[in-house]
Amino acid sequence: MFTLERRVEQSKSWLVFSPIMAIALTILSGIIIFSVLDKDPWMSLYTFFIQPLTTGFGFTELIVKATPLILIGVGLSIGFKANVWNIGAEGQFTMGAIAGGGTALFLNTQESFLVLPAVLLMGIFGGIVWGMIPAFLKTKFNANEILTSLMLSYVALLILSYLVHGPWRDPGGYNFPESEIFSDFAMLPILLEGTRLNLGTVFALLSVLIIYILLSRTVLGYQFKVVGLAPAAAKHAGFDRAKLIWLSMIISGGLAGLAGISEVSGTIGQLLPSVSPGYGFTAIIVAFLGRLNPVGVLFAGLIMALTYIGGENAQIEIGLPAAVTGLFQGIILFYLLACDVLARYRLRYKPFLKARDRE
Amino acid sequence: MDLVAIVLTIITASTPLLLAATGELITEKSGVLNLGVEGMMLIGAITAFATTTITNSAVLGVLAGAAAGTSMACVFGILVLIFLANQVATGLALTIFGIGLSALVGTGFVGIALEPLPKLDLGPISAVPVIGQILLGQDFLVYLSFFMVVLVAYFLSKTRLGLILRAVGESHDSAHALGYPVLLVRFLAILFGGFMCGLAGSYLSLAYTPLWAENMTAGRGWIAVALVVFGTWRAGRVALGAYLFGAITILQLHVQGWGLEIASQFMSMLPYLATIVVLVIISRDGAKIRLNAPQSIGKAFTPSR
Repeated sequence: MFTLERRVEQSKSWLVFSPIMAIALTILSGIIIFSVLDKDPWMSLYTFFIQPLTTGFGFTELIVKATPLILIGVGLSIGFKANVWNIGAEGQFTMGAIAGGGTALFLNTQESFLVLPAVLLMGIFGGIVWGMIPAFLKTKFNANEILTSLMLSYVALLILSYLVHGPWRDPGGYNFPESEIFSDFAMLPILLEGTRLNLGTVFALLSVLIIYILLSRTVLGYQFKVVGLAPAAAKHAGFDRAKLIWLSMIISGGLAGLAGISEVSGTIGQLLPSVSPGYGFTAIIVAFLGRLNPVGVLFAGLIMALTYIGGENAQIEIGLPAAVTGLFQGIILFYLLACDVLARYRLRYKPFLKARDRE
Repeated sequence: MDLVAIVLTIITASTPLLLAATGELITEKSGVLNLGVEGMMLIGAITAFATTTITNSAVLGVLAGAAAGTSMACVFGILVLIFLANQVATGLALTIFGIGLSALVGTGFVGIALEPLPKLDLGPISAVPVIGQILLGQDFLVYLSFFMVVLVAYFLSKTRLGLILRAVGESHDSAHALGYPVLLVRFLAILFGGFMCGLAGSYLSLAYTPLWAENMTAGRGWIAVALVVFGTWRAGRVALGAYLFGAITILQLHVQGWGLEIASQFMSMLPYLATIVVLVIISRDGAKIRLNAPQSIGKAFTPSR
């Protein structure tokens, strides 16, 4: 009989190996899913996972999609480490887009190089405010942050919908629910001519670097880890749990806000009723797949971005429903969670009868 | 606006919340937090809708919806109880997976309209003004939701099995030491939660709005999770909460009819904002939460040898 035996310490090699195993299992499941959908599995796998990367443009699109996932995922991983479950990154992302995008619309006639910094700062601020509400409700009233942050996501999406259908609708836009197009002064510079690759990607890389240093080189980073792994020890050491809740919500909210404003002022160029294909939720998977480690999140962001552009490509090329993307994302997280058991536990084979005999 | 009509719509809006929250209540009482309610409801909704469309039988549809919710819960149970995965993360995975799978299956069913679930018809008795119309003219899932609340309340407080379930939720180590099968109890509680979420989803796609739309639960699963906290883990109060939220949902539809000029988006925010407000009011009193919340909730159990 097989039994699970708790490891004294998490196995480092399994922590790296289990995401790889989860991805492999997801691809295997993909073969089954494609067959069920009556598509040639190998052809589908190729169009989904490989073909998007065969062109230079496809490659830059991968990075464009990975950028918000990495920005949000890095922020979330800090909170998750400390068992602060910010599930509302989608809302903080949207609020960043609203606050920053609103600033861009307000300053749309200004021809100044200060417009962009103002837009970005307001975007970050919007995300922070939306992240601070659950932090306040958690620290002051002990209200569960999973539920409050998620409810606030719905609220943020409805606010955006109201704004683009109402006061912020472009008067010259033939009644479409869209804002005016941002002026060039509010737009993030394009890094590579002819692509959508913009400065947002640099923000993502910087956030990875900064959070990596914060977690591995500072006392604060150490506190985040201890609070998550050993809450009782953290309490005895006098770590301020409320402070860590505030900080992780502010950091993850701010980064989600930055991702939101980078998306609208870097990639989209105006406010639309929907500015995110669920980046805030996918980033939760990115954080787990990246082992709550900033460098891991970087790779996980690229992999999850591939499910987006692969899904789009497969939709155009072989007519797969767009929903396959979401399905793959859910499956990958299932496999990851299942594989992770081997990082924390050791599989032991015990001959059942003999063990009894000895007793 | 006719008062009877308002009450009828409130019942319709409350029933899915009540079904899902009653299921989640049992799951949480056994010490397991399943945040996949939204995903299980969506899978239940599309399965029920697809089955009814294909077989033309609403009964088969509801059964299939409940079975689909149960099988989703089964996946959750295996991951959480056997693979000892983090409950919060697994619940989220269940929701993300449920949104994706239901959207995929549902692509072929968008735009089809079904006949709503048949309502009880006792002829003239069901037509008796007010009482007859409200109490005797509902579809069977509404009656089932009430029956389940009473059953769950009785089960938890008056039966031996209910006591065992609560013991497992309070302290899995003590329950294990007493010889109760902790993992089996939890697994069954998880399955019951999935079964009820499947019913809740079926109600949405067969009775509430008899059509399929991607992501049609619109956060109701999460509100159901919040309702369990709101009801401080007691069946009666959970039911009260479900009806309060149903009323809030309906309020938003009627306000515009009363001539108030408020953008529809702000009215749609009401249930979400109300969830936050009630969570704050209930959670503020730490003693009340500690008194009623299952002590082992969210913790993995590995039997010591």
